[in-house]
Amino acid sequence: MEGAWEIAFVFFQVWLSIVVGLIMLPAMFGVSLGFTDIYIKVLVKTLEWATLRIQRGQKEQAALPSQSANGIIEKDDGSMQEEIGELRRSHPKNLAGGDFTLCDAFYFCKKGIENIVEDQVTQRFTSEELASWNLLTRTNNNFCYISVRLTIIWGLGVFIRYCILLPLSVKNWLSDLVHITCYRICARGLSATIRYHNKENRPKKGGICVANHTSPIDIVILANDGCYAMVGQVHGGLMGVLQRSIVRSCPHVWFERSEMKDRHAVAKRLKDHIADKTKLPILIFPEGTCINNTSVMMFKKGSFEIGGTIYPVAIKYDPQFGDAFWNSAKYNMVSYLLRMMTSWAIVCNVWYLPPMTRQDGEDAVQFANRVKSAIAHQGGLVDLSWDGGLKREKVKESLKEEQQKMYSSMIIGSDFNEASVGPA
Amino acid sequence: MGSTNSTLLKIPNVEVLMQETGFSPAHIIRLHDRFKALDKEGRGHLCPHDFGAIKELAMNPIGDRIIGAFFSPGKETVDFHTFVKILAHFRPVDKDRPKEPNSPEPINSRSNKLKFAFQLYDQDKDGKISRDELLQVLRAMLGMQVTDEQLESIADRTIQEADLDRDDAISFEEFRKSLEKINIDHKMSIRFLR
Repeated sequence: MEGAWEIAFVFFQVWLSIVVGLIMLPAMFGVSLGFTDIYIKVLVKTLEWATLRIQRGQKEQAALPSQSANGIIEKDDGSMQEEIGELRRSHPKNLAGGDFTLCDAFYFCKKGIENIVEDQVTQRFTSEELASWNLLTRTNNNFCYISVRLTIIWGLGVFIRYCILLPLSVKNWLSDLVHITCYRICARGLSATIRYHNKENRPKKGGICVANHTSPIDIVILANDGCYAMVGQVHGGLMGVLQRSIVRSCPHVWFERSEMKDRHAVAKRLKDHIADKTKLPILIFPEGTCINNTSVMMFKKGSFEIGGTIYPVAIKYDPQFGDAFWNSAKYNMVSYLLRMMTSWAIVCNVWYLPPMTRQDGEDAVQFANRVKSAIAHQGGLVDLSWDGGLKREKVKESLKEEQQKMYSSMIIGSDFNEASVGPA
Repeated sequence: MGSTNSTLLKIPNVEVLMQETGFSPAHIIRLHDRFKALDKEGRGHLCPHDFGAIKELAMNPIGDRIIGAFFSPGKETVDFHTFVKILAHFRPVDKDRPKEPNSPEPINSRSNKLKFAFQLYDQDKDGKISRDELLQVLRAMLGMQVTDEQLESIADRTIQEADLDRDDAISFEEFRKSLEKINIDHKMSIRFLR
């Protein structure tokens, strides 16, 4: 029995030194051994194979469906006019010219029920369900036991993820090296493969870097390739500890969320920071909340009022390997990190867009929208005008009026050209 | 294996629910997730306020009536079973279903879909859409965009068209007859993608 323990211990030591050698040293010197790329390629092949097996088992078509389907129900995209027009087509038109029909209510009824099952805003805040299954039971509801082979691979996957990837990340996460090295190790720990595009547009000192926001990992992603000053919310707990350790190495600007309400104080602090050209560029996420990386919500105009040069950055995660979205209502930070570390990998693309400044005659809101469109366009994300704050606030009464106006124009539009017919 | 079965097990009487409504296990799970997402305080049932939190529904001119359809008269809460049963009205019609003479009519039959829509108009549930009830719906859908006279004119015309027995109200049969050419299955069904 003793012998077995000794062997296990030796094995453990060897394993540890391999880990250090292969992970930490290259990270320190910024050298990539190319393992990650090979790893990703193998992963892709395995996952596609697994999905095809499942689908064959369910007797569906063999080709992998595209991942564009993000909703759970099929929605007709027609406008109100088109939909109601279609409803009425089969209804014999009243000779007296009346333009309201009892079936008009069907349109509103169906829309209402669709929204009860799923709505645009909440949809953005739940994780994408994947068309192909990535062996993480979290992401696909349809899988079930298909074959022994699949079970074995799944079991192997669990083993690898929990016994190998997780200890690596924990170890790496506690590292105390210099700023960029620290982040690089984090990135390795999360098995992150990041592709940076257009590095010539990288944010310069004295500017403001603006990016879309999906998870706290965004910071790791961006900091891997440059040094930034952070503006953000102070977090409690584990995140707070991390924040404070980071602050030591770089000048940052942290705010309480309630402080953010005092816009003038915030604006002044930021202005002072960028006026000093030796200070690092500020990193801001104007959406104000984590979105699930399929779309970009309305940017808060505050950051755009300060002036200075804006360097937009688009971050897009590849959802095939692990969902980076943090639903702060559903998971706390620790369970989120655990999920991240036990995902297969984080693959993402970062595009640096050319710098923009506010033009004459453009107000902050228009400027914000312009930047938002550029980011959405580059990242292939849907450009939404829904306010991210809707997650917490109520919709305005005027939107209902708009619906009523649209509908009434259909009814009265053609209707009252002739003299109105009195009741018979 | 995995989370599918464990979620299903948490729902009481899920077999009966699936049989009555015709939803697949995957659909039930998604609806359950949605139910839990709407039930922000985790009480296990929904109240009208929870529906009101859906922005697009608040924007819908007849949103209140649709919400009201979920709550039986006198009840202020709706549990998961009732939630799913109401939504079952909007499942596409099963074309392959054999017609057994003694089995109860499925919730998503053409007739039941029409009854659901009828109920949106007939708020006092007396089986007829009176002139007043019609005026109320019209006012809800058109808001302040039309005058009272225009509204009355539209209501009169509609009743004139549909009211066959001349009792100045639209019964369910008259309602059904007036809409017999509409493709109800298409217009009152919601397709789940997977």
